[in-house]
Amino acid sequence: MGKIFKFSFFDLIRSRWSYIYFIFFAVSTTSLLYLSSDLSRAIVSLMNIVLLLCPLIGTMFGVMYYYNSREFTELLLAQPIKRTSIFLGQYLGLAVSLSISFVLGIGIPFLFYGAIASSELMGFLTLIFVGVILTFIFIGLAFIIALKNENRIKGFGLAIVLWLFMAVIYDGLFLLSLFAFEDYPMDKFSLVMILFNPIDLCRILVMLKLDISALLGYTGAVFNKFFGTSLGMAIAMSCAMVWVAVPAFSLVQISKKKDF
Amino acid sequence: MIKVNQLKKSFGKNEVLKGVDLEIDGSGVFAVLGPNGSGKTTIIKSILGMVLPDSGQILIDNKPIDKQWAYRKHIDYLPQIARFPENLTVNELIKMVKDIRGQQGNESRLIELFELEPYLNSRLRNLSGGTRQKVNLVLCFMFDNRLIVLDEPTVGLDPVAMIRLKQLIKDERSNGKTIMITTHIMDVVEELADTIIFLLEGKIYFKGSLQDMYAITNEVKLERSIASILEKYTETQKIKTQQADG
Repeated sequence: MGKIFKFSFFDLIRSRWSYIYFIFFAVSTTSLLYLSSDLSRAIVSLMNIVLLLCPLIGTMFGVMYYYNSREFTELLLAQPIKRTSIFLGQYLGLAVSLSISFVLGIGIPFLFYGAIASSELMGFLTLIFVGVILTFIFIGLAFIIALKNENRIKGFGLAIVLWLFMAVIYDGLFLLSLFAFEDYPMDKFSLVMILFNPIDLCRILVMLKLDISALLGYTGAVFNKFFGTSLGMAIAMSCAMVWVAVPAFSLVQISKKKDF
Repeated sequence: MIKVNQLKKSFGKNEVLKGVDLEIDGSGVFAVLGPNGSGKTTIIKSILGMVLPDSGQILIDNKPIDKQWAYRKHIDYLPQIARFPENLTVNELIKMVKDIRGQQGNESRLIELFELEPYLNSRLRNLSGGTRQKVNLVLCFMFDNRLIVLDEPTVGLDPVAMIRLKQLIKDERSNGKTIMITTHIMDVVEELADTIIFLLEGKIYFKGSLQDMYAITNEVKLERSIASILEKYTETQKIKTQQADG
């Protein structure tokens, strides 16, 4: 696995997309920091970008990378290595290289701004954690979609639908159901619903850390009330880790049973 | 060396292999032929463990290969489509494959043979299809293993490279290697093949030497004799369906 990881990482880190992704985050972070002149507010604005963009780029790059390296994967499959190593290596190579672009793009402006000495350091670290976690989760899901679909157009379509569902539609359905069943107690239902969407989970994680109750929204407030800040953080964090592990594990299982 | 017993494989409703029995033993060039979709690539990929059979068994050196991977150490494989990580250079790719296999490769002689020196430091995305195929050939032939599996090796090659490839295959044969090859270029088969394995409708229709094939079909050119087998086959199929209808 180490060898495949090493080479796909070196291949990807030199692709111009890694630079574009890095520059995008560097520019938007710098401008947000200087425009809002308040760290906490800048983190919230950045959070909204991260929550939309990391999943989107993760899914798109995930399917694109899998389909692009499809033929080379066949060559790798004919070498004396395990299937598990090939797919885990490629997955980690992509996830780590995208995460590095993201962390550097967002981290360098914050360092220059003096985030380390400020009181919002933990909020900033949570934001980075959330971006990296979302990158890993959505690349894993994208690999599963690509492994399951030989047809590239269908694969891309499903990947976009997945992102749209998690980032936009899910919240809409959630709100609708809250309205429709407003006569019933919905606390537990909302708690469960949050755990099933990694983007919501990450949003609450940042909000709890920043302690901005006004922006928590209904679900966040329920979450906070039910668990309290620190237990809530711990639960959201461990659920996010499960969200990383399950797609990674399933993509290995699917690859083991697939014909190439 | 390779033994295939009652190998069956379908993709969805499409039954590609319907019980293939095959034995490949000793050195020489074995050409796997057949019309499009007859299962040539599926057999090769099953031997390499890329396609997982529905039933049947494949033995290499008398050991079943299912869920194994170490046996691939002894197989050099040339895939049908030559596409590589775009941002690596040719040199890095060669280093990578050697690293993955954990074997010493002798690439310099092949780089010279296919005149690849000017491209060694170019990124793979900037290479033409023919040049990528030459890189593909280097990756396959640089190792010294007993079994070589070539899936359409001539795609995109210019005549000079083609002649050199044929010579390379002949050299490997005289080194006592077993070479499995699929191709649509009949000249290559006539020039190189010691044994022909002809696949039809997911089964082995014929296995034997070129001379045997000519004798059966009363032809002197491979192209003609394959055509005659296919014509005969479609006729019998027609008669069968007529009988079934009548």
